[in-house]
Amino acid sequence: MNAIEVDQIVKSFGAFTAVKAVSFTVGEGEIFGLLGPNGAGKSTLIRMLTTLLPPTAGTARVNGFDVVLEPDAVRRTIGVIPQAMTSDLELSVEENLVIFGKLYGVPRARRRQLIDELLEAVELTAWRHAPVKNLSGGMRRRVEIARGLVHEPQIFFLDEPTTGLDPVSRASVWEMIRQLREESALTIVLTTHYMDEADKLCDRIAIVDHGKLAALDSPIQLKDSVPGADVVEAEFEHAPSDWNAQLGSLARAAGVTQRDGVVHIASNDGPATVAALMDLARARGVTVRKVTVQSTTLDDVFMHYTGRELRDSTQGGASYDISHLYR
Amino acid sequence: MKLTRVTALIERDMRKFFRSPALMMSSMIFPLVQLIILGYAFGGKIKGAAIAVVDDDRSVESRHIREMFNGIAAGAQTFRVVEYSSLPQAINDLRAGFVRGVVEIPYDFSRRFYKHDRPRVVFTEDNTDQFVSSSVLERIQQMVDDMNSPSTTPRLAGEVQLNVVEIYPYIEYVKYLLAGSTAMAIFIVAMIGGGITFIDDKSRGIHEGYLITPVSKSELVMGLIGAGAFKGLMAGMVLTIIGGLIVGIPRIWDPARLVYLTVVVLAASLAMISFMFLVMVRVDDPLVPRAVFGVLNTLLFFPSGAVYPVEAFPPWLRWISVVDPFTYTVHALHNLTLKSTGIEGIYRDVIILLCFGALTTAGSIALFKRQL
Repeated sequence: MNAIEVDQIVKSFGAFTAVKAVSFTVGEGEIFGLLGPNGAGKSTLIRMLTTLLPPTAGTARVNGFDVVLEPDAVRRTIGVIPQAMTSDLELSVEENLVIFGKLYGVPRARRRQLIDELLEAVELTAWRHAPVKNLSGGMRRRVEIARGLVHEPQIFFLDEPTTGLDPVSRASVWEMIRQLREESALTIVLTTHYMDEADKLCDRIAIVDHGKLAALDSPIQLKDSVPGADVVEAEFEHAPSDWNAQLGSLARAAGVTQRDGVVHIASNDGPATVAALMDLARARGVTVRKVTVQSTTLDDVFMHYTGRELRDSTQGGASYDISHLYR
Repeated sequence: MKLTRVTALIERDMRKFFRSPALMMSSMIFPLVQLIILGYAFGGKIKGAAIAVVDDDRSVESRHIREMFNGIAAGAQTFRVVEYSSLPQAINDLRAGFVRGVVEIPYDFSRRFYKHDRPRVVFTEDNTDQFVSSSVLERIQQMVDDMNSPSTTPRLAGEVQLNVVEIYPYIEYVKYLLAGSTAMAIFIVAMIGGGITFIDDKSRGIHEGYLITPVSKSELVMGLIGAGAFKGLMAGMVLTIIGGLIVGIPRIWDPARLVYLTVVVLAASLAMISFMFLVMVRVDDPLVPRAVFGVLNTLLFFPSGAVYPVEAFPPWLRWISVVDPFTYTVHALHNLTLKSTGIEGIYRDVIILLCFGALTTAGSIALFKRQL
């Protein structure tokens, strides 16, 4: 049985459509990533699945419950870590967990036991009586993770769980998510605009761009779907006008693109393509200023499916994702 | 509706409240300062107003009048006498604000006095300040009445006399103002809890944390209103007791009266927090409650009779006082603190406040958005 079934879901805010007829399923026990830049529609999508926003059209079922018709049933079975830090800063770590345990109706004895276990799991037992405002960003995120699990949900939604954290805290959150996966049958849905995060954590990744699903598969399959297993990046001087076309005929080359003066050659065998490139450059009198070979990354996948780099989109696309939140 | 969820929300708010001493203090310091400053500034009697006396008559009778003026200056001290030899100079100083009024004893005063030809003393007043001028005028009028009264009382008085019986001891204005200050403390807590904190929590995303739980609309609203009511109760009672001790309300620790005060303050807190919630339930901008604070404060506090009696208001202002929860709070608290009444003096106000609270709570639940 699928944990989540999304069918042609749409969300519009006036004339602006944030999510455009998206469909996908998430299997039980899977870690599913929604990857895309800010403003791509990831958070809107997750808000619809967590009943925070009503869909404009389409349907979504979470744990078999319709998000529109049975929102309370959905809420009881999911844990959510919203994008913003939503813990009460003045309350202690334990008090935050206790309050949410009560809101979810967890019986007292079970609540105590769960809180002890969760604080142990997120390594905050020593900080259980400390006010959340005294904790670092990474520790606060761990409080949120524990809080989201205080009622033993079946599906755990994490909306950009590591945004704003330093590298050490990010690694700590990743480790925690991996542990959750290993120790329970929890289904995890996370949104991120970090390639490495999606690559390292997710079983399957949905690439979201401009409210649409651009691609959906496992990280390996997604990388394999991009022509060429390697990417050769090179910079040249005195290159003739048809140089990129000549590069396309190099040995094992699968495609050529150019951005900011850097030529990217998708290749099925990077070293062989570099050798052929050097021979061709020497023969045509073109100076090779720089050449590197790297394996295909999710950034290449994102570029392949959306036509732009994720980091560019991340920098430029944040303007319209937040404004609708409290409309 | 599950009570554990409502109490969890109340518990959360109360814990936050107790850990924010600045919030607690700010909800009580402003009404206390207002009580002390306004109470003593407005409630005092006029003393030491400078009155120019120009005696153009220079007779035995005019000296008698000057002595009476000097007697008031030394006794009641409503004014102090400044002797002038020139009327134009005295009028100039009146216009310049150096004296509050000019008393002229005309040159023919004694002649008219002895001829029983309506002798006159002229009082020119600075009527730009009604409080001072009416107090000084009242004193001078009293003095003139004393001069006119016969030296021997007739055996059978032919005039109708009014005997005034004051049912309560003299009440200083600061005691009168205490009820308004208590209502103000409750209002500030309602403004902070029902307005500022609620909308700040929304904009910080903390609100979103509650919306993802299975808490219903009514549970959320009841929890937030319940927490606000408890905070209002604490602020109101602390201010009533501290303020009562400062201004000298007698028998403030009387257990029965403390119970009645608790009932009134709790009902007022419920009414005000639910009203504030209704006003702010759809507001998202954190600047809005801060911007409307002054407007709501003026709109609710002054028409309530906390500062000035409702009977003095024009009809449109009386209508505002009718729908203003402050009015019933102030009325009930006046009855308890100034008149020492029991349940008979407060039950109507408490019922009105509870009905008001129930209506505004129902409105808040209806308008509350369960989703973003």
